[in-house]
Amino acid sequence: MPSLGADMDAGTLVEWLVRAGDTVHRGDPMAVVDTDKSAIEVESFDDGVVEALLVEPGTRVAVGTPLARLVAVGMTVAAPEQSAAPAAASRPAPSPGQVVVPAPSPGPVVVPVGGRPGGRVSPYARRLARELGVDLDRVSGSGADGAVHAEDVLAARATTTEQVPDSPAVEEPVALESSAPPARSARSARRETIAALMSRAKREIPHYYVATTVDLHALTEWLRRTNRERSVAERIVPAAAVLKAAALAARRHPGLNGFWVDDAFVPAPEVHLGVAVHVRDGALVAPAIHRTADLSLPEVMAALRDLVSRARAGRLRRAEMADPTLTVTDLGDQGVEEVIGVIYPPQVALLGVGRVVERPWAVDGLLGVRPTVRLTLSGDHRATDGATGARFLTTLDELLQHPEEL
Amino acid sequence: MTTAPVTTTETTYREALREALREALREDDRVFLMGEDVGSYGGCFAVTLGLLEEFGPERVRDTPLSESTFVGAGIGAALGGMRPIVEIMTVNFSMLALDQILNNAATLLHMSGGQLNVPLVIRMTTGAGRQLAAQHSHSLEGWYAHIPGLKVIAPATLEDARGMLWTALQDPDPVLLFEHGSLYNMSGALATGAGHVDIQRAAVRRPGRDLTLVSYGGSLSTSMTAADELSAGGIEVEVIDLRVLRPLDDATIMESVRRTHRAVVVDEGWRSGSLAAEVSARITEQCFFELDAPVERVCSAEVPMPYAKHLEEAALPQVATVVAAARKVVS
Repeated sequence: MPSLGADMDAGTLVEWLVRAGDTVHRGDPMAVVDTDKSAIEVESFDDGVVEALLVEPGTRVAVGTPLARLVAVGMTVAAPEQSAAPAAASRPAPSPGQVVVPAPSPGPVVVPVGGRPGGRVSPYARRLARELGVDLDRVSGSGADGAVHAEDVLAARATTTEQVPDSPAVEEPVALESSAPPARSARSARRETIAALMSRAKREIPHYYVATTVDLHALTEWLRRTNRERSVAERIVPAAAVLKAAALAARRHPGLNGFWVDDAFVPAPEVHLGVAVHVRDGALVAPAIHRTADLSLPEVMAALRDLVSRARAGRLRRAEMADPTLTVTDLGDQGVEEVIGVIYPPQVALLGVGRVVERPWAVDGLLGVRPTVRLTLSGDHRATDGATGARFLTTLDELLQHPEEL
Repeated sequence: MTTAPVTTTETTYREALREALREALREDDRVFLMGEDVGSYGGCFAVTLGLLEEFGPERVRDTPLSESTFVGAGIGAALGGMRPIVEIMTVNFSMLALDQILNNAATLLHMSGGQLNVPLVIRMTTGAGRQLAAQHSHSLEGWYAHIPGLKVIAPATLEDARGMLWTALQDPDPVLLFEHGSLYNMSGALATGAGHVDIQRAAVRRPGRDLTLVSYGGSLSTSMTAADELSAGGIEVEVIDLRVLRPLDDATIMESVRRTHRAVVVDEGWRSGSLAAEVSARITEQCFFELDAPVERVCSAEVPMPYAKHLEEAALPQVATVVAAARKVVS
């Protein structure tokens, strides 16, 4: 059972997506797990053949409990002495052997680090891995004799998309349709999780807020014109353009894109915008659109549609839950004009987007009516100052005035 | 400088110490100075040159070559209400007075149930690097830093040479002040009117983000030079000058290590049971989960200090060895 968040100590196996004998590859979904907050697909950590499923659907097990046993492709199904091999033997050593699906585990559960020659991880690197949710099994050490140092963990955090998520993944519950109801009310458990995370945000993060109203005339005109040439399913909504523009702005202002870890800001190498999605029961998730800034606008639109539909079905992937580097929450569809949001730790900023409202607007000395939107940036004052937030919003405004370049 | 006019005077470590002694003798008539050759000869290292002429033989007193006797006399004078400054020529010779220092000066307050405190300042020269061989070159301040009841300070800069003595004289208990022999000729600009300084805190002499170099006394300049060299290679070193060897200022050290996650301790004492060992242990005790690499120590080779120049250099912490230790830790 992987840890899907820093405060998770157990999870319920909802459904197996593989059977014994199936060949799986690293990253393939293997099972659906309910964490009290959301149903998440657990991916395989390795290539191999499923030898045995060790946990029955509906069972709640502690983090670190083996869920299934894999053998490397080409190996005969495990001999008894192999079965007895410790899980830690599955470390990145190239020799094929037993692979027990997953065992990373923050908190009181000990992370096995055997298998690495010498198994050496600096105390700071180990702590950082736990805080960032990086699986030490996947980190290659740069130190003497392969010892893992902090920079190796940070590099792994930057390049891997399959680590155990840090709190961003935890914070947001998703409605769950499960044949295996958790012991306590799922809804109250989810509420507790939101309560804990938001309390942490307000307790630890000194928020500042900057806001501006942006004229969306150029954007809406351009969308009206270009959407005529798109099929109904491909039409682009203003929210997607705001997302794309926000991602480009985040790239230009990297101080807002990353994490506050260990009393210091750790910039994220890519922009993975988290998108707050409302699902049933008043619950909320904020999965990531990976590399948002690199996608074309139609791709962002497609990713948004896909993410929303899967979020509502409770079928998000771990990496999507883990990776957001900056979150956008758009409550325009709920009718409000302004959103002054709470930052998701350990992220350092959050963009609130209101409803597109027609307002009287002065242009070139004349009063007209323009579609406008209120954009509010909540910033972590430990990481940046209001001036950074202001520059971000100014960049965002400029980008939205040239929608054809998005 | 900007608007505030700060005038400075070109001076040396030796002259700064002398000025501090002069101030103490001038401002407090309980203060007197004694030691071997401090009067007529002006001090073995010329620190007290001219003070006999200025203050007279009652207050600048030459003593017989008997460390136990004159340190004991200093303790007695302190108990009698004076504020003696006793000079011991080098720390090697202080072994002859160890009974007085440890069994009397450091202990009387405790043994008398708090009735007898000993406001004594003892100055000693310490350290190697001048081809004075094993008779004169050892760094034993770490031993004294082991002893409860003593305060041990080590000025490494002109400001501290000028400012620590007065603060030490205000202390109600014995203070040992260690002057590294290679520092006496160190020259530089000292602010006119530079005054008293605290003897409680370590100082960050150079800020850096990658590594904390902990050092003091004669090793400080080695550490600063090593930091310059490392900086040229892209490694930004924070250099801490301990200043006070007992009690150690843990807060300053740990605050730095929590930021840099790596530490190297440079100490001219022998490695085994050294002050560097104490600092290293404290870092591990208090910052274990912040450490990204084992704490390294750069100390003297565990031999009596050689006379031959090349052997002496080989025995002492050098810029190259500090740089190598830093690279190992940062690698």
